[in-house]
Amino acid sequence: MPIISIKNLSKVYPSGLRALNNVNLDIESGEIFALLGPNGAGKTTLISIICGIATRSEGSVMVGGHDIDSDYRAARSLIGLVPQELHTDAFETVWATVSFSRGLFGKRKNPAHIEKVLRDLSLWDKKDSQIVTLSGGMKRRVMIAKALSHEPKILFLDEPTAGVDVELRKGMWDVVRELRASGVTIILTTHYIEEAEEMADRVGVIANGELILTEHKAALMQKLGKKQLTLHLQKPLDAIPAQLDAHHLELKADGRDLVYTYDTRGERTGITALMNDLNAAGIRFKDLNTSQSSLEEIFVSLVHREV
Amino acid sequence: MNIHAIKAIYKFEMSRTWRTLLQSIVSPVISTSLYFVVFGAAIGSRITEIEGVSYGTFIVPGLIMLSLLTQSIANASFGIYFPKFVGTIYEILSAPISPLEIVIGYVGAAATKSIILGLIILATAGLFVPLKIAHPFWMIGFLVLTAVTFSLFGFIIGVWADNFEKLQVIPLLIVTPLTFLGGSFYSINMLPPVWQTITLFNPVVYLVSGFRWSFSEIADVPVGVSFGMTLLFLALCLIAVLWIFKTGYRLKK
Ligand SMILES: Nc1ncnc2c1ncn2[C@@H]1O[C@H](COP(=O)(O)OP(=O)(O)OP(=O)(O)O)[C@@H](O)[C@H]1O
Ligand SMILES: [Mg+2]
Repeated sequence: MPIISIKNLSKVYPSGLRALNNVNLDIESGEIFALLGPNGAGKTTLISIICGIATRSEGSVMVGGHDIDSDYRAARSLIGLVPQELHTDAFETVWATVSFSRGLFGKRKNPAHIEKVLRDLSLWDKKDSQIVTLSGGMKRRVMIAKALSHEPKILFLDEPTAGVDVELRKGMWDVVRELRASGVTIILTTHYIEEAEEMADRVGVIANGELILTEHKAALMQKLGKKQLTLHLQKPLDAIPAQLDAHHLELKADGRDLVYTYDTRGERTGITALMNDLNAAGIRFKDLNTSQSSLEEIFVSLVHREV
Repeated sequence: MNIHAIKAIYKFEMSRTWRTLLQSIVSPVISTSLYFVVFGAAIGSRITEIEGVSYGTFIVPGLIMLSLLTQSIANASFGIYFPKFVGTIYEILSAPISPLEIVIGYVGAAATKSIILGLIILATAGLFVPLKIAHPFWMIGFLVLTAVTFSLFGFIIGVWADNFEKLQVIPLLIVTPLTFLGGSFYSINMLPPVWQTITLFNPVVYLVSGFRWSFSEIADVPVGVSFGMTLLFLALCLIAVLWIFKTGYRLKK
């Protein structure tokens, strides 16, 4: 049974803007799901509805088998949310605000757990600081600590690493991996595609309020991935011989590399034909390598095709 | 019932109170003292007695009510408006808490603070005039009921307001005038008959009258009526709050 089940979900804001259009999505227990999409695609809106911050216009959402309306208590107590915007108190201490969150979610006091969360997020030495005195990246980590304070089964991270420096970002991903290892389901949005590529098990792409694709990351990259075959030539070429035109080759590195782009989705990749033609043209090479396009390239091409 | 959540909200709100304790207490104490100096000295020298009690003693319940109403509204409206304003409301909305629990937390804290202030004003008044409380039980009853009712009312204002002006406008344009015209500083028997009738449409009259009765058994309207009207207003506020949560009005996007 999926831990989150979204059926025919639509959202029309009072302004008349249709932010989500008939979204259907199942999130499996224990996976890391990355939601990608350009600005204004509807990612935050989707998360807000699941978490009870926004109302929905149509459709239904079940969390852990509980309807988010009729059984909101059970549904929400499973969820930890780190929203996109930095919304924090000002004069409370880090310790107080994180403890507050735990109480709000109906959990009895557990200083040992709060301490662990703060240590994991490198916030322990700031525990008695007022939140106003923290930097932006620290505030974001405070929000993550608040979400983890009540030991959620599902964690929503809406652009968690925006404004966090590289080193701490790595630290945060370690925390996320550890959470996943302990069985927490994680749904994250990010504009850093390398993050999704590194972290996610599955990827969903949303554009203009429609979920245009959900796919296992590996499958996605294979299915949509373009591969490039680079041939390092023995003798540099000035131009590509006309008899090779059909292969749409590119000449790179001052004529020393010949690059062939092919689609792994195709029945045939055309590599054999290329080899034969190269041989016929008397072009010899000393080495070759292939490379696959990144998720980012896939993503950009997808969104552009849709929009 | 999510008791931990109620406690968390209540504690959070009260810690805001303790942080600003000095200004929360100093200003009402000073203004109460000023009222005594101005009203007590200036008017008291002309009106020496109302229905058998000295003018100074007469106005004590009204003064407390005045602070109780304004403070309850201000505390509760700010308490819920502020998280909306800075965005921290997201956490309240996403937590497994029922509307009733949210209201108990916020309104409970706001009412607690204004009750404390009411008692401080009472003590301050004791420094200026002799006090006698004929019905302590009823006195506390009216104090608590009024604080809760007007904290609920303030909560509604805080939800409705989407800017700071709106937060101020109802207390300023409606509540303060009604309080001043509600018999805080005079007995409505002193008004011309037409105005006596008109005044009966002012809900504050019932609160002040009942509260004053618990001190000195002087009342403009029977105490039962006062009590009934207080409960009625409480019920109206409760219904409004439940409706707000049912519809998500101005809380959810
Ligand atoms: N409260 C609101 N009222 C009206 N329209 C809104 C509101 N919030 C968001 N929108 C609109 O809904 C659409 C989706 O917004 P949303 O915040 O969900 O996008 P997003 O995918 O999270 O974008 P980003 O990557 O910039 O965070 C946008 O067109 C936005 O302008
Ligand atoms: Mg967003």
